[in-house]
Amino acid sequence: MGHFEKKSAKSDPTISLTAMPDIIFMLLIFFMVTTVLREVTLQVQVDYTRAENIEKIEQKRLVSYIYVGPEKLQGRKVGNTKIQIDDSIIDDVGAVQQLMYDKLREEPRLIVSLRVHDDTEFGIVTDIQEELRDAGTLRINYSTKQEQ
Amino acid sequence: MFDNKKDRDDPEIGGAGMADIAFLLLIFFLLVTTIDVDTGIGLQLPPAPEENQEPPPIKERNLLNILVNSQGMVLMDEEPTPVNQVKQKVKTFVTNRGEDPELSDSPDKAIVSIKTDRETPYNVYIDMLDEVMGAYAELRNQAAQAQFGRNYGQLEDDSEQQQSIQDMYPKKISIAEPNQ
Repeated sequence: MGHFEKKSAKSDPTISLTAMPDIIFMLLIFFMVTTVLREVTLQVQVDYTRAENIEKIEQKRLVSYIYVGPEKLQGRKVGNTKIQIDDSIIDDVGAVQQLMYDKLREEPRLIVSLRVHDDTEFGIVTDIQEELRDAGTLRINYSTKQEQ
Repeated sequence: MFDNKKDRDDPEIGGAGMADIAFLLLIFFLLVTTIDVDTGIGLQLPPAPEENQEPPPIKERNLLNILVNSQGMVLMDEEPTPVNQVKQKVKTFVTNRGEDPELSDSPDKAIVSIKTDRETPYNVYIDMLDEVMGAYAELRNQAAQAQFGRNYGQLEDDSEQQQSIQDMYPKKISIAEPNQ
């Protein structure tokens, strides 16, 4: 018995680290699964206007974007003013209402952020606002950059 | 038989896990960092009008009509105004407190009504809205400084103090029905 005791007293105090990569992989996978990355390819050109009195929207998850601007064509040319929601161009303004209504049902605190090209005519924004009112998504935000 | 303890490794801390820790930290910061924070001017739209509903009666003096026309001109109560004077005019209108019979009764009754044409340039509209927001921000800051010695933005969110300033200067901005 004496032999055994002597041996265990002198054994190495290292903790096995072989499981470490597994733990980290598990965490990585957990974050990958729970994160929603929303990357949108812009099909319209949007240059933001600038303003002084702006606020930040911290809760990014509540925000849904509507892009309005001249459609990007091949080369560097731009076409007519179009509306883009998510990844597709909306040709009919009337479709905005249904799309936003569906989003509102998923997220009742929805904020609609309008990202409008700076020299767009306001008429199309008025149309969108009317649609948003009908859909019940009343919190909006005009995206602008901080004035230098 | 039992003295094979000599074959054991030296009691070092394994360094291989370090890279993994660094990786974990990297991933954590990648996730929590919000690149491209959305900034802008927030606004609450009026609810959709119900059928055959009359608009509530509002005294003409409590209403400040701002029209941005198709040429990008700003008209405040039919008077052409340069964009950089909008803020001052809104402040005078809101803080009138019944003095001038043409302007508002009190700050909480004052309504700023914004009207646009279809051809109004978007950037002029935003510049005008920015001025209106600036006017309210300055008024709220003044009130917060006078009462609590701090700017409005420094008051705690959803606190009683913030609420009291909001009640003093409610931001009543109405978007007029567009012309058909």
